[in-house]
Parts: sequence; C-alpha cells; structure tokens
Amino acid sequence: MQLFPCPFCGPRDETEFHYGGDAGNARPDGGDVPIDRWANYLYLRSNPKGAAREIWVHMNCGEFFVMERDTLTHEVLSSTALGEEHTA
Amino acid sequence: MTASRLATGGSAIDRSRPIRFSFDGTSVDGFVGDTIASALLANDVAVVGRSFKYHRPRGIWGAGVEEPNALIDIGGPRATPNARATTEPAREGLVAKSVNATPNALADRNAFLDRFSRFIPAAFYYKTFMWPDWHMFEPRIRAMAGLGKVDTDWTSPGTSDQVNHHCDVLVVGAGPAGLAAAKLAADADLSVTLVDDQRKPGGSLGHRAGDIDGGPAAEWVEATIAGLAGGGHLILPSTTAFGIYDHNLVGLNQRQFDGRPDTLWRVRPRRIVLAAGAIERPLPFANNDLPGIMSADAALAYLRRHAVLVGKRVVIATNNDSAYEVAEAIAEAGADVALVDIRRDGMPVAPAKVRQFKGRTLASAAGRLRVEGVTLDDGTRLDADCVLVSGGWTPTIHLFGQARGKLAWSEARAAFLPGNPVDGIAVAGAAAGAVSLSEVFASAEKAAASLGQTKAAIPRSTGPEATAGIVAAWPMPGSKGRIWIDYQNDVTVKDVELAARENFVSVEHLKRYTTLGMATDQGKTSNLPGLALMAGITGRTVPEVGTTTYRPPFTPVPLASFAGARVGELMAPVRRLPLETVHRAGGAVFQEYGGWLRPAHYGGRNADAVRAIQDEAFRARQSVALFDGSTLGKIEVIGPKAAEFVDFLYYNTMSALRPGRCRYGFMLSENGVVFDDGVLVRLDEHRFVVSCSSSHVAAVHARLEEWRQDRFGRGAVYIHNATSEMATLTVSGPNARTLLETVGFGLSLADAALPHMAIGHGSYAGDEVRIARVSFTGDRSYEISIRADRAEPLWAHLRQAGQAFDAVLIGLEALMILRAEKGFIVIGKDTDGTTLPHDLGSDGPRTKRQTEYVGRRSLFTEEASRPDRMQLVGLTVPQGEAALATGAHGVERRGGKLHSIGFVTSSYESPALGQPIALGLIERGAARHGETIEIQHLGKHRTATIAAPCAYDPAGDRLNA
Ligand SMILES: [Zn+2]
Repeated sequence: MQLFPCPFCGPRDETEFHYGGDAGNARPDGGDVPIDRWANYLYLRSNPKGAAREIWVHMNCGEFFVMERDTLTHEVLSSTALGEEHTA
Repeated sequence: MTASRLATGGSAIDRSRPIRFSFDGTSVDGFVGDTIASALLANDVAVVGRSFKYHRPRGIWGAGVEEPNALIDIGGPRATPNARATTEPAREGLVAKSVNATPNALADRNAFLDRFSRFIPAAFYYKTFMWPDWHMFEPRIRAMAGLGKVDTDWTSPGTSDQVNHHCDVLVVGAGPAGLAAAKLAADADLSVTLVDDQRKPGGSLGHRAGDIDGGPAAEWVEATIAGLAGGGHLILPSTTAFGIYDHNLVGLNQRQFDGRPDTLWRVRPRRIVLAAGAIERPLPFANNDLPGIMSADAALAYLRRHAVLVGKRVVIATNNDSAYEVAEAIAEAGADVALVDIRRDGMPVAPAKVRQFKGRTLASAAGRLRVEGVTLDDGTRLDADCVLVSGGWTPTIHLFGQARGKLAWSEARAAFLPGNPVDGIAVAGAAAGAVSLSEVFASAEKAAASLGQTKAAIPRSTGPEATAGIVAAWPMPGSKGRIWIDYQNDVTVKDVELAARENFVSVEHLKRYTTLGMATDQGKTSNLPGLALMAGITGRTVPEVGTTTYRPPFTPVPLASFAGARVGELMAPVRRLPLETVHRAGGAVFQEYGGWLRPAHYGGRNADAVRAIQDEAFRARQSVALFDGSTLGKIEVIGPKAAEFVDFLYYNTMSALRPGRCRYGFMLSENGVVFDDGVLVRLDEHRFVVSCSSSHVAAVHARLEEWRQDRFGRGAVYIHNATSEMATLTVSGPNARTLLETVGFGLSLADAALPHMAIGHGSYAGDEVRIARVSFTGDRSYEISIRADRAEPLWAHLRQAGQAFDAVLIGLEALMILRAEKGFIVIGKDTDGTTLPHDLGSDGPRTKRQTEYVGRRSLFTEEASRPDRMQLVGLTVPQGEAALATGAHGVERRGGKLHSIGFVTSSYESPALGQPIALGLIERGAARHGETIEIQHLGKHRTATIAAPCAYDPAGDRLNA
C-alpha cells in the first residue's frame, strides 16, 4: 500500500484517496468546441510509464490536489494543492 | 520404538504440564511447549501425511515454517486447513487430521497411485484429460490430489484484529543477528519493533552452541529481550512478516493462542532489518522422501528444545560443516551415528563415537512406511531408522526479494545472497550469508550502521564458532531412481528433466509446468535445488537460470486476517434514518435502498406486502399521506459565486431562480448523460440547497467539490453537506395543508404566500423548520425539514393530528407507485448510462441556453442527435392484462429477426387508475404515443401501447387541489 502526501493532512494510506484524472487536462468551454478536442478532453488519457502529473482527492478531507509520481517505481515526487501549482 | 522422548532436557517443554490431543483418531501425549510435530515424534509417529499427487507416505521434515510434508487439518472452533505441524503448538484436546489421506495417513486407500507414478509425470493430467473437456474429469482428479480440506460449515469465533503501527526500525527475526541489531538500534534511541515467528526468541541460539559476551547464549538472549522490553520497544513473538508492499509497508501475521483469530499488523517502519535466518536444504538421493528422512538441523532442534531423539540408528548425510554439531549431539544422546560427508578432505574431525564416511554420498534410501536403511554411492549398505540430511543453507530473504532486491550468487555459500542494497532494508545474519556468531554480529553492526548510528558496542562471540565449509551437492540429471526435489508438490528430478525436454527451461515456466515451488511452503526447501538441476540440465550456471519472482505471502495468512472487521453488516454499513426506531414501532418493514435502510411499507409482510403497498398508495391520494423523506440530499452551496456555480453544474439555468423558490433540474456528466435530478432551492442571493437523489448524495457532493476546487476556487464557493443534520418529513395529499394548519408552524400556508415550488421558514417547538412545497407524488405536498434530533416530536404530532384526516403512513414502495403514476423518473432506473436530457423530454436548455454547463458539448454530437434515440414513454397494457415485467424488451421484427427497441424501466399496478402502468425507454418513443408495440419477456410475447409518461392527472390540478 502506497503512502500519498495530502497537502493538507500529510502522508496517508492510498486507500484514503481517489484518482481524479490527468493533471492539465483543461476543459474546453463552449458549445462549438471542435469535436476532436472535446473527445480528447473526455476520453484520451496519456497513461505514461514513468513520471506522471495526476489529480487526486483525499476522501477524508475532501481536497483535490496535484500529485507527481512515477507510475513505474511508485515514487511520489511532489504534491501540491490545487491553485497553488505555480507557487509551491 | 525408534524415536523417543528423553528422560531429561528440552528447553521449550514444561514436563509439569502434560497434554493430550488426537491425530488421525489416535491419542498423542505431549507437554506444554511441544509443537504437534515434536509431540508426534516423541510418540514415534513416522507417517504424518500423504503426498499431493502420488499419495506417498510422508514424515516430518523440518522444525519450522519451511515444512513441506507435515500439513494437518485442525478441527474445532479454531479450524485451520493445511496447518504446519512444525509451527502449530500442541494443546489439550486439539483434533488434528493428516491431509490428502483417506481414511488416514498410515492406511491411505489412494496409495496405489504411487505404483502408477511413471505414467503420471508432470502435466500428465492436463495432457491426458484435455479431450473432450478437462472439466469433466477435474472434480475426481482434484478429490484424489491436493492437500487439506476446508470445512465449509465453519464460522469464525470472532473477527481478526487489524493493527496499524509505526516505528523507526522493524527487525524481522529474533535470532542472534536480529537481537543484536535491535539492541544497537534501541541504544541509539530509535523505536524498535522486533518480530519472530517462534514463540520463544533466540532463533538458532535455541538449539545451536554458542557463548556470547562470556556467558551462555541463552542468558544473552534473555537479557537482550528484557532490555528491549524495558525500553518500551515492541516485541511480537509467534509473528511472521509475510510481505512487504509499496513504500515499505510490512504485513505481519500474529498468531494468538488464547482462542482469538490471528492479528494482522500493517507496519510502516522507517527502516527494516531483515534477520530471518536461513533454511536447510535436502540432499538428492533415490527415495529421499521416505518418512524418517529429516533436516539435520531440525533433529537438533527437536533434541535440544523438546528432548526428542529422532532415532536409534541414525545416518547423517551432509555437504557442509553444520551437520557435525548435530552428529555429536545425537551420538551423545545415545544413538548410533554414521556420518556420510560428500567431502574427501577439509571437513571437521568426526565427533567421538561417530563413524565417518568421507567422500561419500547417499545413493538411495529403502523402506516402505519409514526409512529402514541407505545405500552409499560405493554400494555400502547401512541400516537406519532415521536419516538426517544437510544440503546447505538457503538464506531467508523473501522480504528483500519482494522489495525487488537483486540477488547475488555466492559460490562459497552455494546460495543466493542479498545483492545491491534496497532503500530502507538492511539484511543481517544467516540471511546475509553469515555463518559464525562473529560474522553474524558484524553483519548486525553493519545493518545498524545503515540506520545511521554507531555508538553502542556489538556483542562478542566468546564460544565455539560455526564454519560453513560447503561443497555444492545439487541434484544431477540422469540420476537413478526417484529423487524428490519438491516434497510438497511431488516434483522429482525426472519431472524437471521432462520440463527441460519440452523446453520449459525458464524458471517461471519450470515452476508452472511442474508446480515446483508452489503451494503452502512456496518451495522454501526445493526452489534452489530445482533451479540448480535445471542449470545442470541446460548447461547454464545457477545465477544464469535465476530465481522466480518473490511474492507475498511468505507463509499462508488466513483470509479472515485480511477481512478483519469488514464482515457482515460492517462490510457495507447501511445509512439509517433518525426515526428508524419510531418507524419500527409503527410497524414499518425495512429494506435497503441505495445504501439507506428505509421503511418499504408499514404493516403487511410477505404475501400481505403487496396489499399493504397498494393500500398505502391508494389512500395517499384520498386524503393525506405522511412519508419520511430524510434521506433526500441537502447539500448547501454558499458564496458570492454560488449562483454562477449552480448554473454551471445544472443543465437548467438556475441563477434566474428568485430567493425563496425551487426549481427541478438535471445534473449531467461531461458526456451529457443525466447524472442526477432533483430540486434546487434558493434560500437567498448567495445560498442554495441541492436536493439530490437519496442514493446519490455522496457522489453529487464529490462532484460539486471537484468543480468547486478545480474551476471556481476555494474562496468563492463553499459547499456543506447537511443531509444527515436534518430530517425531512413529507406531508402529501389533498388535505396536506389543512393538516399542517392544525399543527401550526408560525407561517402562512396560504397558496399565495407559499405556492407550489416555493419555500417558507417557520418554527416548531422552538426549532427552525424549512417547508418546501415540492411534490414527488403529484399531489399538494410539503417537505418539512427540521433538526434531525428534534424530528421525533414533530412526526408524532403529525401522526396524531393526521388521525382526524385518516392520514396514512407510506413507505418507499407506495411512493414509487405514486411517482410512476405521474411519470416522474428515478435516475438509474428509468434512465441508463446513455440517457441524455432531451431523451427525457427536456430539450429547452439544450436548444436555448447560451451559457456554459457541465456536459453541454456532448449534447450536440452525432450520437446525441440520432433520430432513433431511446426516449422516455409511458406504456399501457390491454384492458384486464397484468402489469408488464420491469426489464421486458420492446421488440420489432427487422428482416425476419427480432430487434430490441428499448425496455420497460418501471412497472406497477396503479390503485388510483385501477390498471397497470409502466415507464420505459423506447426508440423514437416521444413521437410514437398511441402506437402499439410488441413486448418480449423470457420468451413470451405480448403488446403494449406507447403513451405519455404521465398517466395520472396530466393537467397537474392536484398540485393545488
Ligand atoms: Zn487530506
């Protein structure tokens, strides 16, 4: 069982977390977004081997955050509260 | 008698406390401190089980977790299949049975199988019974092969405890290396947890000679343990570290001997010292699986711990120095000992009274139900009632291997040793290849140094020092006779040769083809000989062949340990209403709906339930009905951007809602599918209440939070789930307002003041109440929300006041009929994972809204615009016919084939209409009202006519009646 660092609660067991998707998968707004772009946003995931930036939510405190981790070694590289990506 | 209990000695047993238990129906005497194995040996029970495949008689091999043969089924309240006799404490009254033996180990009726052994090599069953279908033969083959039997009637006497634990250093193994490392860590002020799978600490010091710091090893063990315990460190005996998982989480299984199930520990240490020792290997010779052939080290352990002398005429075969101490001790205890050493020179001097055969190996053993003699490679025959073998030592480095540690082959030790260090794990003692106590302590110091401290002095070995002196003696291809590699899985040299011939030469293929190294012992004694043999056959070196992947668990762990308390109701706890006990007293029959335990109906069980539900639904339309709607979601959305937020979350424009008003709407997923429906209440300019579906509260809440944090920011919107804080009591029906006026809430209930889809604020008995005029029944309805802990008097008051109006209590089943009569949907029942809002007749926002909302773009795809989409409809049946089956399909014949055009989603007898009603999703349904279609269910066909979803009061007059 992995240990994930919640930016608000500190290190916790992975069972307390839910995966929220790729970080940086920005939502394209508008009723006329090109359909390919919308489909990419909805369905295409990068699923990298190695370093990945992901959104996770710590179910116990309810906060979403960005976690960088290595999908191969399971090493956690960083975790940052949403909205603070550029400050931390 | 050959094996026997000596009159004195035995450090582990308490001769003042005799016990008796039964094995295969025979009673066995022992002492407290015996294992089942030591007691069986003391009673000279040679045959303790039958082998997995050939039903060969098998005896006790080892004295610990590595035991491949002596598996037993333990009965009674602490029933355990495949328990190891070598680690299971003997206790009074215990009932043990040998495995894979009918009726018992000594007289097994499937023993004939062994005579056909050359016809049933590895993979025989799969190859032979492939045609026509393996599954035809499997049950009978499985009944003949296999190990212990699971008692399917057994129920746990209690739930297993699970403990989460943190420490600086976890030391696995309380032998000399583990104790030394634990002491060094403790002296450096680190918090230590020391675990050992034996009941008593000390490891090999429990039966091997040694002096430490000028005194007997036993005194040092005692003092070290006392020091650790006194320092507040945690010491867990009878506990196995069975697995290491991500980020160095270590799983421990702790045996309990007081009637409790095992305890599961999840330990997060900063560092791990692995000092789990080493396991002795067998030697290859024909019939090396006969009962009475044992690990030499195990025999020494039985002698010194349990005062059991394993034989009178003992042959000891070895390829290393460790057997010499065994030979000396067994001879001293009175047995006649012959020592057969593969080495011609360089070995220790033979102990007194021990005949030594230099440069010799065992060619074969003979005997039927137990070993009676051996033949050396030069043809010399020796009588023996017991043969002890030492084929060298395999370090126990499973945790290191599981943590992806790389192994390094050591020719000097004829074993794999830990290679490059793994972050956070240090290996010490015999597990690291140390042999003498001095080497053991040096490796413990090195391990402790890697923890980052140096100050304490390491123990000194002041007695005799063990030496290795090992010469490899691997199984050889082309050997004569049947030479067992894996006792537990009945894998012989010939099976490995067959695997090689069929090109299963990689270790992983070898394992799966022959089952070498599988099952409960996981090849603790057999893996290395097996892969060394494969190396010999294929002309490779042992490290070139390599090992199979190390996977947890090291020893079997009861599933009950992993389940812990998550059994029965605690597996998925239901949510409960604040008024549950009141409803039960009122005759409610409860059922689980979407995680909530709710009244299904009041009164009427089994066959009467249908009548009770129909009665409730009928009477609800006559005068007034009371319903507990407390499960309805009440998620508050607060803040300066609250209106913008709900606009984005809802399909419908919600910001136009005036304070004090409600609106029904959909929430969509980003793929456009309707995710939830419900009423949104605007309390004031910056405060809304999302009244979502009961079973959907957690999911809606999570979704709101996600969008809040990801799109709106934490500062502008705040979300609070108040669902369980408030009870919601619903009063519905033509007399609802009149009834409420008799109760009085300090506000006007006149339709001008409180019209449909409006809210009012009042009070009851000093508590604030919120009254929302929304309706899920189609009748005039009031939802009264009050603090959950104050709901009971109000419910009682409503019931009492309702008597004058012939008020009826309704459960969820009646409510489902009432809402279906009105064509009101339940998300997930009347919709599926493809239903878009316009499929439900809600096309306005899709065509008119200009602002952004969740799922918007998905409503304009090719798929969303298909003309043949399934749409919500009502379905009626011909006069006098029964209700349709929910799930029945609408079908059309196209090109001679039946084709589904949708299905029935809800179906009830409507007491108000006196006929069945149904809702469904049917292709192009919105444009087909009045059309009769064919319905198929379980092969039967009938007809139904498509109608508008609303079957009752389509004009909605009853909302204000
Ligand atoms: Zn948290």
